[in-house]
Amino acid sequence: MEVQEIYQQLEKQFPGKVGEFKGDVPEPYCTVSPEAIVEISRFLRDDPNLKFEVLSDLTALDWPKEEKIQVVYHLYSYSNKSQIVLKVDLPRDNSKIPTLEGVWKVANWFEREVFDLFGVIFEGHSDLRRIMLPEDWVGHPLRKDYVEEEEYDGISTQRAPLVEKLLR
Amino acid sequence: MKPLLNSLPETVFTTKVDDLLNWGRASSQWYMLFGLACCAIELMQTGGPRADLDRFGAVPRATPRQSDLMIVAGTLTYKMAKRTKLLYDQMPDPKYVISMGSCSNCGGLFQLAYSVCKGVDKIVPVDVYVPGCPPRPEALTEGLLRIQDKMMRERWLVKPSRPSGNGAEA
Repeated sequence: MEVQEIYQQLEKQFPGKVGEFKGDVPEPYCTVSPEAIVEISRFLRDDPNLKFEVLSDLTALDWPKEEKIQVVYHLYSYSNKSQIVLKVDLPRDNSKIPTLEGVWKVANWFEREVFDLFGVIFEGHSDLRRIMLPEDWVGHPLRKDYVEEEEYDGISTQRAPLVEKLLR
Repeated sequence: MKPLLNSLPETVFTTKVDDLLNWGRASSQWYMLFGLACCAIELMQTGGPRADLDRFGAVPRATPRQSDLMIVAGTLTYKMAKRTKLLYDQMPDPKYVISMGSCSNCGGLFQLAYSVCKGVDKIVPVDVYVPGCPPRPEALTEGLLRIQDKMMRERWLVKPSRPSGNGAEA
């Protein structure tokens, strides 16, 4: 099934909750609204024609100029060998989105990673802790405005002076 | 390593106690099995049959409690840095550290990353830096030989205790 058709089906099923569709990129995507993400995901998984059994990736992008954080879902269907990308725009200062843990269990770790690096809060998540950085880490380093601390836990983060000179 | 024995021909060997002790230590440097990243592959090669660290009496140990030498092989993240310090503290004195490769020397290729420690010398004292990305087995072997030289220069009888955790020389 073509991505275009999936999109049309989604738009019919969830009027007003599915935003623009972009098909002329290697991985066509459509934007959906954050409050509808759980029902749309459940529909994509359970519909007998679509059967998106796998959430193959969940990541995020930071757009400081547009003041938004974009959460990206890559879905794959082994049955139909089709894939679709969903994108959700969140405000940068208050980025909250319902968890998809109840739809695909693998979302648990993906969401922890996005929380760790971007600070997106996944509401309803069973165990929203940092997954890669140490527990006492301050800040979310993949945000564009992240500034490295002077030191971490007594370890200096200063580089060799030569490198600092080259960076300027 | 400098020659240990001043021998009278055939019959008598004379040496200094310091030299004998140092010769024993330098000829059995047990290094800790401690690979962090791709440099660890090169460390394994150095322990393998071609470069063969075994011929210098250097054998890998699986615990810091039995190790004399720590070869920090690979990219050191802050999360690992704390564990590295703990492992170093668990090693008995006298202990030595080889910083192997650009990453553990200064952060290397990844030093602009938020999570990478800018050099293992920020947390533990380093005796020998081996440059390279990764260093060839020959380079690491050279590093081990430099540690041997360092050991042979130490004086135990005149200086009863070696300053803890420091690669100080006599």
